[in-house]
Amino acid sequence: MSLAYRFALENNWVRADAIEASEFPDLVGKYRVLAVPKTIINDGGFIEGSLPEETFLEEVLKIAQPAAEEDDAFS
Amino acid sequence: MGFIRDEDIVEIRGRLQEMVNPVRLVHFTQELNLEYGREAQQLLKELAEISDKLSLEVYNYLLDKEKVAEYGVDKVPATVIRDGKDCGLRYFGLPAGYEFSALLDAILTVSKGDSGLQEETRQKLRQLTQPLHLQVFVTPT
Repeated sequence: MSLAYRFALENNWVRADAIEASEFPDLVGKYRVLAVPKTIINDGGFIEGSLPEETFLEEVLKIAQPAAEEDDAFS
Repeated sequence: MGFIRDEDIVEIRGRLQEMVNPVRLVHFTQELNLEYGREAQQLLKELAEISDKLSLEVYNYLLDKEKVAEYGVDKVPATVIRDGKDCGLRYFGLPAGYEFSALLDAILTVSKGDSGLQEETRQKLRQLTQPLHLQVFVTPT
């Protein structure tokens, strides 16, 4: 199962959608999906390809909670 | 003659025997919804018949506005994979080929109620206290 789905199972704040690319060409265009898997994070950032669990989490949190990252930097 | 071949039903039944808690598939479709809409609904109907721990609810995207809003569905065909509560898992499209296998994995994982993530990942995820939306583009081949 995809990491996105696992994250959603683990935390109620997470919603994970799998989107079959060939059926939604408009979204493929909107998010410039050239290869799969491509993960769009909060409509802004993205991850291309499959990443190991730790790296995927890091990338997701970087985009999802930029403020928290800053707090860490000053703590 | 259905979408799922008899020999596949045997294999799927075997995999679904690992299910622990009941899983509900909530499917949204639309009349005249391309060719995929009818196919997806038929496929899920056949799948749900294989295990008594698996059930299917079907709603019309245009008519069942309350359910559409409840699940935040903005395109069809859409399938919510849930247990006693909505755990935030959605599949948009026809789950065929490789994606069918991925759907089975998702059903089993939801049924077992364990994300299977590493302890460190679980801890870091706990710090997340605002909505996070992940949209993963996939292909069935």
